[in-house]
Parts: sequence; C-alpha cells; structure tokens
Amino acid sequence: MVDADPGPGFKILVREDFSDVTYSLVIHHPLMAKAARPGQFVIVMSHESGERVPLTIADFDRAKGTVTLVVQAVGKSTKEMQQICQVGTSLYGVVGPMGVPSPLAGKKKVVCVGGGLGVAPIFPQARGFKENGAYVIGILGFRTKNLIFWEDKFRACCDELILCTDDGSAGMKGFVSDGIKLAIEGHGNIDEVVAIGPPIMMKACAETTRPHAIKTIVSLNPIMVDGTGMCGGCRVKIGNEIKFACVDGPDFDGHKVDFNDLMMRLKRYAEEEKVALDRWSENCRMTQRTRPVLKGAEAADLTLPDPFEDALGG
Amino acid sequence: MGKKKKTIRSIPQQRTPVREQDARVRVKNFDEVNCGYSLEEALNEAERCLLCPDPDCVAGCPVNINIPKFIEAITAKDFRGAYNVVTASNLLAAVCGRVCPQETQCEGVCVVGESLEPVAIGRLERWVGDQAIKEKWANVPYVEPSGFKVGIVGSGPAGMACAADLAKAGCEVTVYEAFHQAGGVLKYGIPDFRLPNAVVDAEIENLRKLGVKFECNTLVGRLFTIEQMRDELGFDAVFIGTGAGYPSMLGIPGDTLNGVLSANELLTRCNLMRAKEFPNYDTPLPLGKHVAVIGAGNTAMDAMRVSLRLGAEKVYCIYRRSRAECPARAEEVHHAEEEGVEFHWLTNPIEILDDGKSGVRAMRCLRMELGEPDDSGRRRPIPVPGSEFEFETDQVVFAIGTNANPIIGQTSRLRLNQRGYIETDETLATSMAGVFAGGDIVTGAATVIEAMGAGRKAARSIKNYLRIRDSQADNGDGVNVGTFFGIDLRERNFARVRAA
Repeated sequence: MVDADPGPGFKILVREDFSDVTYSLVIHHPLMAKAARPGQFVIVMSHESGERVPLTIADFDRAKGTVTLVVQAVGKSTKEMQQICQVGTSLYGVVGPMGVPSPLAGKKKVVCVGGGLGVAPIFPQARGFKENGAYVIGILGFRTKNLIFWEDKFRACCDELILCTDDGSAGMKGFVSDGIKLAIEGHGNIDEVVAIGPPIMMKACAETTRPHAIKTIVSLNPIMVDGTGMCGGCRVKIGNEIKFACVDGPDFDGHKVDFNDLMMRLKRYAEEEKVALDRWSENCRMTQRTRPVLKGAEAADLTLPDPFEDALGG
Repeated sequence: MGKKKKTIRSIPQQRTPVREQDARVRVKNFDEVNCGYSLEEALNEAERCLLCPDPDCVAGCPVNINIPKFIEAITAKDFRGAYNVVTASNLLAAVCGRVCPQETQCEGVCVVGESLEPVAIGRLERWVGDQAIKEKWANVPYVEPSGFKVGIVGSGPAGMACAADLAKAGCEVTVYEAFHQAGGVLKYGIPDFRLPNAVVDAEIENLRKLGVKFECNTLVGRLFTIEQMRDELGFDAVFIGTGAGYPSMLGIPGDTLNGVLSANELLTRCNLMRAKEFPNYDTPLPLGKHVAVIGAGNTAMDAMRVSLRLGAEKVYCIYRRSRAECPARAEEVHHAEEEGVEFHWLTNPIEILDDGKSGVRAMRCLRMELGEPDDSGRRRPIPVPGSEFEFETDQVVFAIGTNANPIIGQTSRLRLNQRGYIETDETLATSMAGVFAGGDIVTGAATVIEAMGAGRKAARSIKNYLRIRDSQADNGDGVNVGTFFGIDLRERNFARVRAA
C-alpha cells in the first residue's frame, strides 16, 4: 500500500556540503522513494516565485522514504537554495520521478562514468546494474582531490573503481575519457557505457567508445519548464529526430546525440541568468540576512554561471 | 411571472455592447481586455432573451446549462438564483463565460439570432460568475457520502468538471496535478488578459468547498500508475483528463535554434511561471524585437498578444492558409488585429535562418495558394512555384497544434489509438475497468467547454459504474438535461441492468 498524502511542502531531512558549491539534500518523500528508478529526475521549486529546476535523482531509500538530490550552486536558483535549504525547512515543490527509467537488466559488464556533479546521478545506475548481476566498472572524474564525494558509496557497489582527477591529486591524472580507455584496454567485453556529466564530457566519452562500437548511453539535462512533455524546451537532436528529454529521455544513445546543438540550447537564457544572479547577489549584500552557508555566495567574483555546469543539475 | 410574453419586436433590438480596454492601453498591460457587463448592462441584455419554452441554446451548450432559466432569474433580479441555475450544470461560470466559443454553441443557435444579434449569453454567464466571486457565493449542497473514492488525473477543465459532479454525488474526490498549481490549461495556457488566474483560483476554491482535494506536484504515471491508483491507493474509479499538451514540431531546418520556442513554452513561462514579472519571479522569457508566430489558432493568438505585452515591437502571424480557414475565434483574431498584430496569410515557412550566434535572423518562406478541399474540408494550401522569399524576424514561436501527452500511455496498459490518444467507448470508459478518460487526451485538442462536457459525461458514467443514484443536489438543471447526451433516465435504467 502506498501513502498518497505527501503533505504540504517537502521536508529536508539531511543536508551535506561536499564543497563550497556542492551540497546534497535528503528529502522526505516516501511515494517518490518507492517509485524512483535509476536514470530518473525531479523538478524542484524552492519557493513560490522560484524557477522549476530539473535535478537528477542521486539516491533513494525506500525503507526510509527519502530521495537524495545533489546540487551545484552555479545560478541564482541553486545558490539561493544553497542558502535557504537547511535541515528542517521544506521545498515548495518536488515533482517526479520524471523520464524513462534506465534499463538495467541483461548486462554482463558495464562501465558507469560520472564527471563532476554527474558522479551523483550515476550512482543509482551503478548500484542498479550491480543488483542486476552485472560486473560494474565505475569511473569518477573530479577537478581535484578535495572535490571528491561518495567514493565509499561507489566502492561498495562497483567491482572496479577508476578515480580520475584533472590535476592528478587523487587517482589517475586525466579525464574520465582516459579512464574509459583504460577500462576498454583491460576488458574486451564491455556491454555498455553509461556516462553522466557536462555535455562536453559526455561528448568526449561517446567519441572514446565510438571506434570500439560500445553502446554508450548519456543522460541529457537541457533547459525545461514542466518536465511532462508540454513545453518542448528540452528538445534535443538524436540522429535525424527531435526528441523531448523529459518524456523520451533523459537517456539517449550517445553516438547519436547532437551535442553541439545541446550546448547551444543550454545557453538560451545565459543573459537572464546573469541578471537574476547579479540582482540576487546584490540583495544578499544589502540585507544582512543570516546566512548559514556563505562561501558560495560571498565569493566576490560572481562570474557568469556556466550553463553547462548548471545543466548537470545533480 | 405573469408578465406579458416577450416578442422579437418587444425586446431591446441592439445587443448590449461590452466595455473593452482600449487597444493602445491594453497592449501594455495584462489586465482583462473585456471589462464585463455592469449591473444595468446585464439587466438590459437579459431583457433580450425570449425565454423560449423549447430552447435551442440549452442543447447548443456542451454542458446543457438551463440558459433561459438563469437569464430569467437575472431579469427578476434574483442573482443568487441565476447562479444556482448555472452551477447546477456548470460550476465554472466565470471561466466559461470568458473562454467558451459561444458563437458556435449557445449563441449560434439562439432564436433571437435569427433576426437580430443573438443574446450575449456568454457575457451574462460571466456576469453571474463574477457576481458569485465578488459576493463569495458558493453552492455547497448537502451531500450524502456515497462511500466511494474517485481519483482524477489532471486538474484542467475536464478534471475540474468531473470532480465537481462526483463530489456532488457524494464521492471522495482527489484531483492530481503535475504542476505546482491546479488549473491545467486555464492556468498555464490562457493568459490573464483573457482569463485572470485569480478567477481560476476562485473557481478551484469552490471545488475545495465541495470537498474536492487537490494534490499538486503529483505526476501520475510516474509517481504511481493508473493501475496502482485502482489496486493500491483504493480508488473505486479513475478519470484521466491529461490533455493534449505535447507540442507539434515544425520539422524544418533551424527549428532548434535558440530564437525558436513553442507557444506552450512561451505561455507557460508567462502565465504560470510569471516570467512577465522577471526578475521578481525567477523564470525568464526573453523575446526578440520581431516575433513571428506560426499558426493561427487560439493558442497562436494568445502567444502573439502575450508577445506584444512583453514588449515586442512587431508581432507577425504566419499562416499557410487564408483568413477564412483560420481556426481561431473571430473575436481573438479581431482583438489581435486591434492590438497591432500583422497577419501574413498564405505564407509557409520552410527554413529558419540563424544569425550566426544561434539566434534567428529570418525565415525562408513560400507563398501559398488554395487548392481543392482536403480531409479537414478546408481548401488545401499549395506552394506557389518560385515564390520563395526571406521574412526577417528574430524570434519564431510555433503554435501549429499539439499531440497526446505520452506519460499515461507510457506507464499503463490502457489501449491507445494510433496517434497516442486513449481509446474509450461512448460512455468514455477505457479498456481498463473502472478507468474513464475524457477531454483532449481522448479527442485531440479542442475547447475548454468541450473538455468540461467530457468531464461531466465521464462523471455520469462513473456514477453508473459505481451504481450511484443521482442525488437531489445533482438535479435542478431542469428541462433539457440529458437529451443532449441522452442521460438521466437511461442512467438509472443502465444502473439497474448492471446491478442485475
């Protein structure tokens, strides 16, 4: 029996800060925890006048009735959430799980690649593959050592884990695509590669596997409003077809995705994002509000948010 | 009433005009265009109804409002009574009075209309609805609980109408909505200057008073399935009214450029997400200076008029057929024209050209001419050879129709037709026992009132299915109720057959 009454708002039970800009929120939502499958996402509104922000589900616990989101504070909405989303507060809206779940069954050997914030949403897939009996090779990429999170969670569900840092401060020095090369060299029989991260990273992953003809799935997170197939804002070019990431995806064949088109569309609202962020930052300086987490917002050089990073969304 | 019988000669000959905001003023605001009748104007217009004993208008109304009876109540200055008559058939008077295409429904068959302009039934209905909101009237009948739980998927017009009837029949009704606010297309689609969100909220509040529960942020199909609603959540019946919101793509080169968006996205950002108040609201909606809207339906008209209000210098309507085939209501086209929209009939874009920065520079278009009628009965547009030309614009909005929302189809075993719409029989029952569907998700894109009519029809079928006899509260529509869909008596007979 499922309980159909999630009550007003969606309570934040646990919050963890991985770095100045990255944080996780554990949200009470038993129905969602029961329904969520790896590969799916939610849309979050932190308050009534907020934006609808798509975030990939990073974890779910059916016993505890919780869903975990990992957020990177890059734009106005995510920076504001970093400030106001504290344990005990509630999110105004959380809707989902959206998108078609990733098929996990029937694979013998898979590679799960997460880059930067893409590390969070690849986790349920890695765990799901493991539960379905696959041999799971995890490849995680971070810029530097102190940005690493969830290494333990991955160690628990991966048969092998390749850690990559851009600066070589932990694991191997290099990008996740270098990690994929390493995995391909070591294993001749990889059924599938799943890669989640910034579009440029997913593109590099797809190009790495293309010569080997290894099926490569990427998870796209373009700009969207409703997430239910209504606005068409999230349309992406897959081969010769136009698909909606929200209802046809978010998983697509990485060898068919037009990444240039995706990256172009992610910049649609770059100017407005900057206006919103500047205004918000100004307000933050003006009002001496208590801000439990200051680092991200305080950083004086609030530059134009990178929409690619934002697109990771969790 | 003991009054002398009215004749076509004795009634006011002129239709009472309604005040409208001046086009030059209104194009700078989102306030309503149509200001509605004053008391005097409403009384004057009500006098024009002949109170036909066998009225055509009632049958012309998809929900069979007893129109002569409510107009008679207005003339008798029994405004609450008028509201009671309307709400017996339609809880959403203020909404329908505004957005129904009355000219093809009740007003289209009005007897007065045979020799004069028809009675302004829509304006009178709106007036009654607005009175109710102003006076905070709510008709909450005493309802004996039936003990049945009904789940409704989608809080648009079909779901709201279905919810109202089932709540009045004593069912415990829960309406699920994927957005964070209830109202469906009335909220995200129709702009404030045609239907203020406050009016929709007031109508939803009335449904709440009837005991209807609204659960927003709930994506049925994904959070739980239709099957789970029936088997695990304890619903005795389910109604699906998820609409046809999936926008059709242009399918021409350049349609993923950043300067191209669907009318749905434009309207949702503006109406529901309040992008017009950006950055006080977080959702942005930057538009180009010159906005070309492709299509000429009501959604296209809304998109054009919103674009003007958001500050576009020029707004163009690009349509491959001619004005005669344009599917929008005449009033909407007229309003758009008054506000300065430039119409380009018989023009078909074949490519959108970029400005080198992922934005739009122009469209490549063909001139069209009309040939023989096509399947829709309208004359088919045919390209004029060698007529290709560039149309300069920096924003393209497409409003060329919508398709079935795919989510319920993806997640349930319901039988769909080839185009993805849910298959139903004439009672709106789907292939799954206890599950009914109606509105755009069954018929394809149609009007608000048609969706409401389907919602009410489904409510009747659900009552049959659950063997609920019509309660006192549900009657009162008087004369003609039933004849349009052939319900009342048959409903009871059917229930008995089922019970046997």
